[in-house]
Amino acid sequence: MAKSSLEPRGPSAVRRTFQLPIVDGFLWLVRVAAIVLIVVGASNSLTSARLSGQQWRDLVVFGIAQGSVYALIALGYTMVYGILRFINFAHGEVFMIGAMTGFYVSDGLSRTSLWEAQPFVSLFIVLICCMTVSALVALLLERVAYRPLRGLPRLLPFITAIGASFFLQYTVASLFGTSVKAYPSVNALSGALTLSGFRILKVHVLVIVAALLMMAGLYLYVERTKAGRAIRAVAEDPEIARLMGLSVDRTIARVFAVGGALAGAAGFLFGLVFQNVHFLSGFLPGIKAFTAAVLGGVGNIPGAVLGGLILGSVESLGPSLVLVGLGIPSAHQLKDVVAFLALVLVLIFRPTGILGERVSEERA
Amino acid sequence: MAEPTVAIEVPVAAGGDLLPARQVDVWRAVRLGLVGGLTAAFMSANGMVEAFSERALLGGETLGSLLLVAVPLLAGYLAGRPPPVLQGFATPRPGWRNVAGGLLAGLLSGVVMAVFVSLIATFDVRRVLLNVTPELVREAPRLLTFGLEPGAGLVLVLALNAVLGAVAGTLHLLRERWRRAVLAAALWILAFAMLQPVIVQVLRGIQAELRIWTAPLTDFLYEPGGALSVPGAVAVGAVAFGIHALLTREGRRPVRARLEPLPDRSRRLLRLAVLAGLLFVLGLLPQVLGPFLSEVLNIAGIFLLMALGLNIVVGFAGLLDLGYVAFFAVGAYVTALLTSPQSSLGVGWIFWAAVPFVVLAAAVSGLVVGTPVLRMRGDYLAIVTLGFGEIARLLFLSDWLKPTFGGAQGIIRVRDITLGPIEIEGPQAFFYVIFFFVLLATYVTYALQDSRIGRAWMAMREDEAVAEAMGVNIVTAKLSAFIAGAMLAGFGGALFATKIGSVFPHSFNVIVSITVLVVIIVGGMASVPGVVLASFVLVGLPELLREFEEYRFLIYGALLIFMMQRRPEGFIPSRRRAQELHEEEVTQDAWPRTQATVRQEAGPAGDGRSETS
Amino acid sequence: MALFEIRGLTRDFGGVRAIDGLDLDVDDGEIVSVIGPNGAGKTTLFNLVTGMVPAEQGEILFEGRSVVGLRPSQILELGIARTFQSVRLFPEMSVRENVMVARHCRTRSGMLKAIFRTPSFRREEEETRQRAEQALAFFGSRLVGWRFDTPARSLSYANRRRLELARAMASDPKLLLLDEPTAGMNPRETQELTELIRRLRDETGVTIVLIEHDMRVVKGVSERVVVLDYGQKIAEGPYADVASNDRVIEAYLGRAATSA
Repeated sequence: MAKSSLEPRGPSAVRRTFQLPIVDGFLWLVRVAAIVLIVVGASNSLTSARLSGQQWRDLVVFGIAQGSVYALIALGYTMVYGILRFINFAHGEVFMIGAMTGFYVSDGLSRTSLWEAQPFVSLFIVLICCMTVSALVALLLERVAYRPLRGLPRLLPFITAIGASFFLQYTVASLFGTSVKAYPSVNALSGALTLSGFRILKVHVLVIVAALLMMAGLYLYVERTKAGRAIRAVAEDPEIARLMGLSVDRTIARVFAVGGALAGAAGFLFGLVFQNVHFLSGFLPGIKAFTAAVLGGVGNIPGAVLGGLILGSVESLGPSLVLVGLGIPSAHQLKDVVAFLALVLVLIFRPTGILGERVSEERA
Repeated sequence: MAEPTVAIEVPVAAGGDLLPARQVDVWRAVRLGLVGGLTAAFMSANGMVEAFSERALLGGETLGSLLLVAVPLLAGYLAGRPPPVLQGFATPRPGWRNVAGGLLAGLLSGVVMAVFVSLIATFDVRRVLLNVTPELVREAPRLLTFGLEPGAGLVLVLALNAVLGAVAGTLHLLRERWRRAVLAAALWILAFAMLQPVIVQVLRGIQAELRIWTAPLTDFLYEPGGALSVPGAVAVGAVAFGIHALLTREGRRPVRARLEPLPDRSRRLLRLAVLAGLLFVLGLLPQVLGPFLSEVLNIAGIFLLMALGLNIVVGFAGLLDLGYVAFFAVGAYVTALLTSPQSSLGVGWIFWAAVPFVVLAAAVSGLVVGTPVLRMRGDYLAIVTLGFGEIARLLFLSDWLKPTFGGAQGIIRVRDITLGPIEIEGPQAFFYVIFFFVLLATYVTYALQDSRIGRAWMAMREDEAVAEAMGVNIVTAKLSAFIAGAMLAGFGGALFATKIGSVFPHSFNVIVSITVLVVIIVGGMASVPGVVLASFVLVGLPELLREFEEYRFLIYGALLIFMMQRRPEGFIPSRRRAQELHEEEVTQDAWPRTQATVRQEAGPAGDGRSETS
Repeated sequence: MALFEIRGLTRDFGGVRAIDGLDLDVDDGEIVSVIGPNGAGKTTLFNLVTGMVPAEQGEILFEGRSVVGLRPSQILELGIARTFQSVRLFPEMSVRENVMVARHCRTRSGMLKAIFRTPSFRREEEETRQRAEQALAFFGSRLVGWRFDTPARSLSYANRRRLELARAMASDPKLLLLDEPTAGMNPRETQELTELIRRLRDETGVTIVLIEHDMRVVKGVSERVVVLDYGQKIAEGPYADVASNDRVIEAYLGRAATSA
């Protein structure tokens, strides 16, 4: 009989099942190191007063604006995961297609007199176009790529999503070119507002307000309408929902469409803030938005909003607040590292998120 | 298969006749036609047709026109298939139905294309769709309408598509053996046409190295412009058709069956002879192929090395690592740091002195990546590893770590590999080094597959909880997989750095990880021959034929989607999965079957062989 | 000292108490059946014992040592093996390979030895192979010969159950936990497996605890029967005693049955 290589503990109170103590020790070390680094860096930055109060406020506002964009994209991820337990890796490309649509429509409109005469109406038209196109792309994805694989082991649809992401990126590149598209300027949005002594760029105000309105709209949709109820039912238990007579296929399609529309809106807002879009614009925001969704608790709609805002702020403030304080040169280069670190740390240490997961009992 | 089988017809309904065969599957033909037409329009709009029209293929036709022609042919072939036979229905006899299905699909794709052609003839969409150039329809050479003016061109498009669809449908009128022979012939003609640069070079190389006079063959097969000549095509097609027909004749025993009765010693001798032959060919290959093609092989070889590594992580252990490029980068940077006199370390060692450190660094990286993800579920694991890969790239690129890694400027003047006094310069010599490492990796793959750890990985992949309940230490197994995969990628990185002579951070992006993933998925996870073939086709072809380079990632994405819909095992299934193809056990669970006849193992009852025991 | 002792085992899932203060002893070489209506916590008991679900309260002693908090692989190494209620094989692996996996904890060769094909590696591989084929041969001619190399997913249902049993046996366990081993089998197969279980204990001395619903099996093979309901033990003893126990009948058939 083979010798057992371990000495089991004697009769005693129950202890938690855990693996090699080394693994857990290593993870604890990482936790402690992260906290120490953040605290040291932040205190250094703040005490050295390298940035003025106004600059900090700008960073905060920018973080919230950026975070709102991430939140809108994250909503799409979180709703799809809540129902299908599936990461729609191509969602970032749905966002990018919205941004590209925004470019072409606003470019076209800017050549008409409507652009100068009625800027907000024009912007609204562009927004609707973006949301529609993105929703259609999302529906197409679901119907063609994902539906045939529903119910199969989780990795198969995931790999399909990776393929779809690539395919969409390079489709846009081959059809529309790889050059960077610059959004036309909107005179009405240039410059800043002063609210109770604080100077905020008009563009940021628009983005934040628009995002808030859409999130409120989504909340009403999910909580108050019949379709929204269906979504919540299917998200909780697709089998029972089906037995109750709900069309699971149609509900899932709706979820993709709504998530896609929000991503399209996010693409438009992104274009307004950053002004440049191209076929790879979806990759980074997509990953960041997914981080936001998990950070807030995947499947959890308020969680996605919270996660987005937090992540946007962390990305905006992180380099200036922590990295500079730690003496790292060219800290702003590393803002994406901050975002990816956040992704990795959230998934390792708190995969259930801040507000908790809300996924279906079984996959639809 | 050694067991004799007796086909038993299971009566479908007591005393009932079979229902007449189903008619043309109209809906399927419509779907195929529309999808085909949209695909053709897409390929025209994104510039593929135009780009591919640079390459002369056969006689006067180009690869671009092949794209346009392939769509109705494929759609027609698929639509002309007999509809699937359900229990209770008679098997349809080949006839007008197949042609009609093909015709319908072809016609529809023609309609879509005709609409597309008229649209771009009327409207100028170049401001938005950059690749819709005038050369497609408006001006010569009018690629989409084969040279005709838009008016007549529309008719041609419709007619051509419909006819081609019908022709493809008629293929189903042939018996399976002949149909496959025709398809084989067509495939070989296509291969000879597309791989013209390779074949011409090989023939020339054979003439130069082996003094066999191949020039007349080259002149016969190919025209000066690079296209396959018509007589050449006919010859290739005829030979392929003949060989295929010979190989599939009735009663012919497959190669394996013929080898079985041979005594062990003869078999071993045969195996040695085959091996010796292969080695001889491979030894001569770089000389025959010349520097350009050797370089193509080298690039494909490095990706093959990485694919074999990722095959262990994903194919054996089931861990979807999307940040695999990080290990590749580690191998490259360690090699550069240790061998380049201009790196921050500046020690300028020889390659082989750096190798142990590459192994060590890769193993440590494997541990660092593997430890945090031990308890994660599959999709989260994929995203986290993706994050690690990007973090690695950004750190290598950063100004912060520039003193060590060189930032965006990277590290240059990486030393060539030396074997004693000989310096390995040039792609042809380098081929042997890569080949050596690939052989090593292949051996390691097979050795690990057929071992205790290999079984542990596969059990873990199939069902982690049960594997653990059966005694597998999951932590050790996962970490071992990461380490093994990392080491192979590290070798790939070391070779890459040496081959290029420098390392730049922008070479180590997520696209590399995804490319390797596509290779192993298309090639069949855990199937070495499949992975070899896939890396040469997916990585080698774009290097060889520049038109494919532009559309490479588009094709990868489409391939991934397609592969996941059809065959998750890949085009060349591994021997394990292929065993199923020879199994004819009727399991009690796989019931009901959809065929009208059922083949059962008819052994004498009671010897334990029949499945109902 | 009993081979296997459980004291005060308790486990909750959300609001449901799946196992409630369970005490159980199993002696070396016994065959004990655990029965009870659906949801009584029988499979949960197995999950707790094998470490697949962490125990929250109570104690589980195997050969005098506590196994609470150990990983399932460690518990298999100590000598407790199990089968599953819904057959959980490794479908893409061959029949022989499925059984060879169970020898993992009895062998030591790692990656390096595998790559270099050292003599000790080769010896272990041969040994593993032999032991696996031996375990499969226990079922007569059903799973041997050409069947060794067939993928597990192509087996019939009954053969899959046998394969799972062979797999559990191949790890040389001292205690074998069988979760509904005859579920879904026809009477002839059930009878055959019942005899096989007894033969297993008689030939190898392994202690067997089985969960069963088929009372013919329970009657035919057990020396002792334990009845669970709502996570508690409500009766224990030879089959005859348990079968006529009022509380047991009530658990299965409801109160009306006992008053009828």
